[in-house]
Formats: sequence, structure tokens, C-alpha cells
Amino acid sequence: MGDPVTLIAQWLNGLLSGWGLAPGLVTLILIVIGVVVLATIALVIDIFMVWLERKFVARFQDRIGPNRLGPFGLVQPLADVIKLLIKEDITPFGADKIVYNIAPIMALATVLLLWAVLPFSATTYGTNLNVGVLYIVAVGAISTLGIIMAGWSSNNKYALIGAFRTVAQMVSYEVPMVIALLVPVILARSMGLKDIVDEQVIWFIVAAPIAAILVFVTNIAELGRAPFDLVEAESEIVAGFHIEYTGMKFGLFYAGELLHALTIGGIFSALFLGGWRGPGAETYPILGIFWFFLKMFFMYWVIAWVKYTFPRIRIDQMLNFNWKFLTPLALVVLVVTAILDKVLPHEPLWVYSLGMLAANLVIAWVTLQILRSRARKERQRVAEPGPIARPPEANPSTTQASTTPQV
Amino acid sequence: MSAMQIVFILIAAATLGAAAMVVIARNMVHSALWLVATLFGVAVFYAILNAGFLAVAQVVIYIGAIAILMIFAIMLTRKVTGDMGPGLNPNWMWAALISAVMFGGIAWMLSSWQGFSSPLAALGSRDDSLQQLGMALVSPDYYVIPFEVASVLLLAALIGAIMVAWERK
Repeated sequence: MGDPVTLIAQWLNGLLSGWGLAPGLVTLILIVIGVVVLATIALVIDIFMVWLERKFVARFQDRIGPNRLGPFGLVQPLADVIKLLIKEDITPFGADKIVYNIAPIMALATVLLLWAVLPFSATTYGTNLNVGVLYIVAVGAISTLGIIMAGWSSNNKYALIGAFRTVAQMVSYEVPMVIALLVPVILARSMGLKDIVDEQVIWFIVAAPIAAILVFVTNIAELGRAPFDLVEAESEIVAGFHIEYTGMKFGLFYAGELLHALTIGGIFSALFLGGWRGPGAETYPILGIFWFFLKMFFMYWVIAWVKYTFPRIRIDQMLNFNWKFLTPLALVVLVVTAILDKVLPHEPLWVYSLGMLAANLVIAWVTLQILRSRARKERQRVAEPGPIARPPEANPSTTQASTTPQV
Repeated sequence: MSAMQIVFILIAAATLGAAAMVVIARNMVHSALWLVATLFGVAVFYAILNAGFLAVAQVVIYIGAIAILMIFAIMLTRKVTGDMGPGLNPNWMWAALISAVMFGGIAWMLSSWQGFSSPLAALGSRDDSLQQLGMALVSPDYYVIPFEVASVLLLAALIGAIMVAWERK
């Protein structure tokens, strides 16, 4: 009884085979049904993510949020969907029509691709790809393409600037992300997400806290959410890449971003928070789905917390933060993890995990010391009196004023 | 004809069509997007051949890095994002002739190779290939020296790029 998904799949398999279909065809039909069900669940969750997001932002800003339609405003997202569907569909003059219309589809579809590798429980997962972690990076690359297509095809300079910023941000943050993703791969000795979860008797966040933070930060940057939402910075480039989109086409970008945030929560919990692991999840795999979604929504809440707490960073700060801080730190963590993995004994697992944790704490302490000394120098530099603007000497009426100290 | 062959023919047609569109399309950004489609088709071929790692690496490197940088370069170059003039110049006859001769030659050579007609050997366990690839890249008996030489080459390119971009004070 603990595993209804497998039971339903077996029942369907028996039923279809009983009708005399070939085994290959039965497998194909089951796969198609699985894909349709998974995609539908993801998209239905997505509708209510709009409500959840608005409730979160309201709470962080000391408001109540949607509360008029239905209990707790739960019917609000459905009204929003109807509104988006019946809005006028505008294609800007000079837009590249085909590319313009494909871009929002790509923005949402690439997120759904990620759900193929999420391990929901010990027995329920799309596929245990042996290159799962790399697959996540590859799908991220395709989603970048969707944003570039939207920015270019809109025939709008703000949209184009948004697309440029996207490239600068996503291509840069991919570097520390890929390096940091290798740390759980080293710990689990596999790139498949299911295998990584299977290895986490002790959650990897204990053995690799710095890598977890790096993956989290770089994933928020890939997502393009605050504080990394330079792609759609309202105060600078109006709305960035989706400035010209109306109605449901804009809705697809918005829904894609929300679902991507949730999916990143899922990937993070699979990599570092033990995925479906929790009390009773091994005997009753259905409980694993519950634990997985709990962790996924918790990480989504953390992402929302970050979004509504931090101000947007400048573009030079964004690049400096990536190349001068995240990338070197990720390289150090990767090398230390790889060396310790050979040195530490694997047998009592807690010794191995605690050894890794100690190494991570040392790295964190050294990093903080370096940052502190840098900050001290920077404060001194800022505190020094800068050159004072003086009026030109030729003007006799202001010569008197310029000789007096003006500090 | 098996289902796999139908899938192969469909994808091959799509990939070749996209590759032709790279050359035919008059708008350079469209060409770049068709190139992305072509590269994705090649990734699908890798996936069909059970080379999952190569398929994903193809997407990460060629679509995620090279194609996006190409689109970026096109967008940063003035006045090339609009439609251009005719895509052919007077030498197109010569190009077509040389391409036909090359294709004919390669096809003739391959037809005499026995691997062209014999069916593929069945693969063993799927998960082994990635581990074998990793071991081969760092094993002294196989490819560790080419692997390291390639890393040094990339490092040299990286340092060269920094030196070119470096503003001396």
C-alpha cells in the first residue's frame, strides 16, 4: 500500500498487456502517460504558485495579500489566468514573429524538462539519467536561449539590453555552478540524481555546506531573480526581455520563472537535503513524495525570502562577485573535497561527514578573514579625502573662496 | 523498418533541413538559431546511440556556450541583424561542384568499408560508458597525456585572452 504509483503502473501494464498489445508499445504508452501526468501536475502546481508567491511577498512586506476571492484568496490565480487569456495579444511593429512566439514557449518548456530527472521518492522518478547533474546544466543553457530569443525578436532596445545582461549573467554564473555541482557528485560517486539521493544517509549539506551555498546562490543567479534580476531591472530597463509581451505570452514567462524557482528548490533538496529521505520514507515510498515536496517548497520559500529581502545588485558588482569570489571559492572547495575524499576513511559515515564539515568550516573561516581584510582596505580607501573640485583660478570673484579649506 | 529507423530518418531529415537553413537564411540571427537546431539534432543522434554523456556535453558546449556567444557577437555587431542581400555570390557553381565531388568521394570510400553494411554490435550495460570514459581520460595507459596537453592549450588560450584584454597602467 505504501507505493501507489508503482501499483498503478503495474495495473496499467497488466491491463494493456491483457488487451494483446506488444510489450514495447505498452512501455511506450506508460511513458507517455507518465510524462503527461507529471507535466500536468507541474503546471497545476504552477497556477497556485502565483497565489503562493503573492502571499509570500505580502507577508514579507507586512500585508495580507490576495484575500477576496474564495477562502484565503485561493480562487485569485484562476481569475488571473482568465484575465491573461482574454487580454489583447500585441505583436510589436518590426518584431520577428516566429522567434517572438517561440520564445515564451521555450521559457516554460525548458523548466518542465528539469522535472524529468527529479527523484520524487525511492520508486517514483522520471528517469535516473546517468548524467543527471550535467543534464540540469544543459537545460539551463537552453533556457538562456529562450530569453535571448525573446530579447532580440521584440525589436525593442530595452529588451535587447535585457538579453545582453542575461548572457553576461548566465554564462558567468554557470562556471561556479558547474564546479560546485561536482562536489555532491564526488560525494555520491554518480551524476544521477536518484543515485545521489540514495547515497545521502547523512545529508550532503553536512559534508558540503559551502558547496550547497554556492549552488544555491548561482542557481538564483541562473534563475534571474532578485538580487540578480538585472535582466528585468524595472528602474533601469523597464522590464527587460519581456517588455513587449502581453497576455498569456507574458504569463508563460512569469509562470516559467515561478516554476523554475520551485524546481531549483527541488534540485537543491535532491542534491543536499536528502531528497525524499525522511521518517518512514523507505518503508512507505509515498511518504517520500511528501517529504520531497516539503523540502522543495521550503527551499522555494527561502528563495522568496532572499528575493524580497535583498536589494538588486549593480552589474559590475554582479560580475565581480562571480569571478572574484564565487569561482575561486568553488575551485578551492572542489580541490579540498577531492583530496579529503581520498584521505578520510569512508567506513563510519559520520567520521567522513564530520571531517568534510571541519574542512568546510576552515575554508569558511579563511574566506571570512580574507574578506574582512579586503573590506578594511576598501573602507580606508573610501575614507581618504578625495580630490576637491575647485573653481577655475582665472575667475577673480571665486579665487577668494577657493583658497579657504573646503573639507 | 523498425521504429528506431523511422525516428532516425525523421531526425536526420530535420537536422539536414536545419543545416541547410543555416546557409539559406538571410537573417544572421536566424542562421544562428537554425545552427542551434542543427546542433540539437546531433545531440539527439548521440542520445539514440546510447551516448548520453556526449549528447548532454554537446548541448552544454555547443548550444550553451558556442551558439550563444555567436548570437551575442552577431547582436553586438552593427547593422548585421537585419535582412541581408542575396546569399549567393557568382562562385556558387564552383562551390556546388566541389561539394558534390567531396560527397561522392566520401560516399564511395565508405561504401567499400565493411562497417558501413554490417549491423551494430549490441551495447553492454548503459552506465559503464561514462565511467570508462572518465577512467580512460586519466589513465596513463590511455589518454592522460593528450588530456593534459589539451588543458595546457586551453590555459594558454585563457592567459592569452587576459593579456590581450589587460589594460596596462
